[in-house]
Amino acid sequence: MRTGNLDNILNLIAGHYNYWMVIILMMIGLYITISRGNLVKKIVGLNIFQSSVFMFYISMGKVSGGTAPILTDNPHEVYSNPLPHVLILTAIVVGISTTALALALTVRIREAYGTIEEDDILELDRDTEPKREASEDEAAN
Amino acid sequence: MLHALVAQLPILQVIVPLIAAPFCVLLGGGNRSWAWAFVVSLVTFAISVSLFLTVLDGTVISYELGGWAPPIGIEYRVDVLNAFVLMIVSGVGALTMLYAHRSVAHEIDASHQGLFYTALVLCMTGLLGVTITGDAFNVFVFLEISSLSTYALVASGADRDRRALPAAYNYLIMGTIGATFFVIGLGLLLMTTGTLNMADLAHQLVQNGDSRTLRMGFAFIVVGIGLKLAMFPLHLWLPNAYTYAPSAVSAFVSATSTKVAVYMMMRFLFTVFGFSIPFEVDVMHYIVLPLALVGIVAGSVVAIFQDNLKRLLAYSSIAQIGYMLVGITFLSHDGLMASIIHLFNHAVAKATLFMVAGAYVMQAGTSSISKLHGVGRDMPYTTAAFLVGGFSLIGVPLTVGFISKWYLVQAAIAEGWWPIAGLIVGSSLLAFAYIWRFVEVAYMQPTPEGVTRKEAPLTMLVPMWIFAGLSLYFGINASLTSEAASRAASGLIAASSLIWQ
Repeated sequence: MRTGNLDNILNLIAGHYNYWMVIILMMIGLYITISRGNLVKKIVGLNIFQSSVFMFYISMGKVSGGTAPILTDNPHEVYSNPLPHVLILTAIVVGISTTALALALTVRIREAYGTIEEDDILELDRDTEPKREASEDEAAN
Repeated sequence: MLHALVAQLPILQVIVPLIAAPFCVLLGGGNRSWAWAFVVSLVTFAISVSLFLTVLDGTVISYELGGWAPPIGIEYRVDVLNAFVLMIVSGVGALTMLYAHRSVAHEIDASHQGLFYTALVLCMTGLLGVTITGDAFNVFVFLEISSLSTYALVASGADRDRRALPAAYNYLIMGTIGATFFVIGLGLLLMTTGTLNMADLAHQLVQNGDSRTLRMGFAFIVVGIGLKLAMFPLHLWLPNAYTYAPSAVSAFVSATSTKVAVYMMMRFLFTVFGFSIPFEVDVMHYIVLPLALVGIVAGSVVAIFQDNLKRLLAYSSIAQIGYMLVGITFLSHDGLMASIIHLFNHAVAKATLFMVAGAYVMQAGTSSISKLHGVGRDMPYTTAAFLVGGFSLIGVPLTVGFISKWYLVQAAIAEGWWPIAGLIVGSSLLAFAYIWRFVEVAYMQPTPEGVTRKEAPLTMLVPMWIFAGLSLYFGINASLTSEAASRAASGLIAASSLIWQ
């Protein structure tokens, strides 16, 4: 009975190995994105988070014993489901564009603020607020 | 020839702006790229109007991309609901382009203008694509086209104020998390059904019945779309993004992108999931409804205490989105109808209000309320447009806002939810408070010494007043909006598996 339970648990872990990995990666990525104040580290976290989703789709399409989905003469050929793979190709492109844009923004933020730490940026905005409004006053006058 | 072209209208709706967008860069800054973007947006608007007129009688256009039949190929599906939203998006797009001419010349460096218009047209493309497609993964692709260009557009506000950059960055992080959640949800749906065509998904989900995978997919998709539409606790990206974006962008994005996300919510909830399992109804009633109500109150209350007019409007957006969500959670024909009319109302009113704020930024150099004393006398036409838009937000009779709130309250009463009906009416008073705060400053306070403010130029006044006029016109003659909304709501209800006694 006891070993049966253990087997069940082991099956749950081993049988869904890919999903466990996806969940762990996803949580690591989300945690980094939320908890880090460094803008580049946030992007790294976002990338890990997105990669976990890519892996989720790719492992989802795997058919055990299946080969690559290429047309052969053998009609009984077992092949993996190509649809999730194709979809994730699109998502990877989207992910790269997002990363590129995020990095470009980080560069601009560094140029404008001289820092890429979120706390420092907030601090700088708080400091300059009265000054900025004062200069606006002068401009209006 | 013409007939052949008409058959291709659904794809032309998306492909025309998509192909036209890069030309803005080639045409360079200044008038040329603007003129091109304006012409493109007019053509896009003409296409969506003709689509709307075609489907108004209840026909559904199904367009097969590349001749591949659904569910294998990508299908574009146009019914009354998305034709209505398409018309809102492209109409707001066209009028914002007209408005953008002077506003962008004032706020964006000449060297960036070509890129700016490219991003603006691309953003419109993405929103139109999300709305028109009948394929769930296609929604994600277009969603990211529109989101990525929106991040760039928000960041372009950095020419005036560097705070636009962190605002765009935070929007990017949260928007990407939202979109990724949405993709996870789609993946889970794909696992259970093996299809991504919305109609096919709906069919298969009903057959498969309840499963944990379906529930997870539902949760991920609702949270993902919730981030995009700034549902109450997921709204943190919105205030800064709307405040620091260039005025034309604030007007366009506030009027369209959250509206398209609300459309997505309706489409997925009713057409795809269709409430085939009780879990989905419970989520609506016990999670989304309370959050929407909290959002209404919290957004309105925070808006009252804002000094920056654009930030005030941004918080008011969060509250207004709450009303649309409340309408959805009634899961009834009347509730949906109210929600759809409110979607139209908010698009028109917020476009007016943000355009007014942009006109102040241009002519008075600030959108800070404490510096706009007596602006109503210096810029009478602009401020009068604010009055109309503001009244529509409050729901004053003779504006379209009254019509939508009326239907919303009626729907709440029909459900027997009196406290919610009371809250909807009561929260209008909060809206009155934040709108009146500015009106009081603009009209009742004396103009400070030595301040000269000219009336906004005609290219800014015209789009502003077209929107204000629409608010008034559809507030008096509600038949067109009510009819379209009613048919759209019936379509959604008919597609879902809700049983109506």
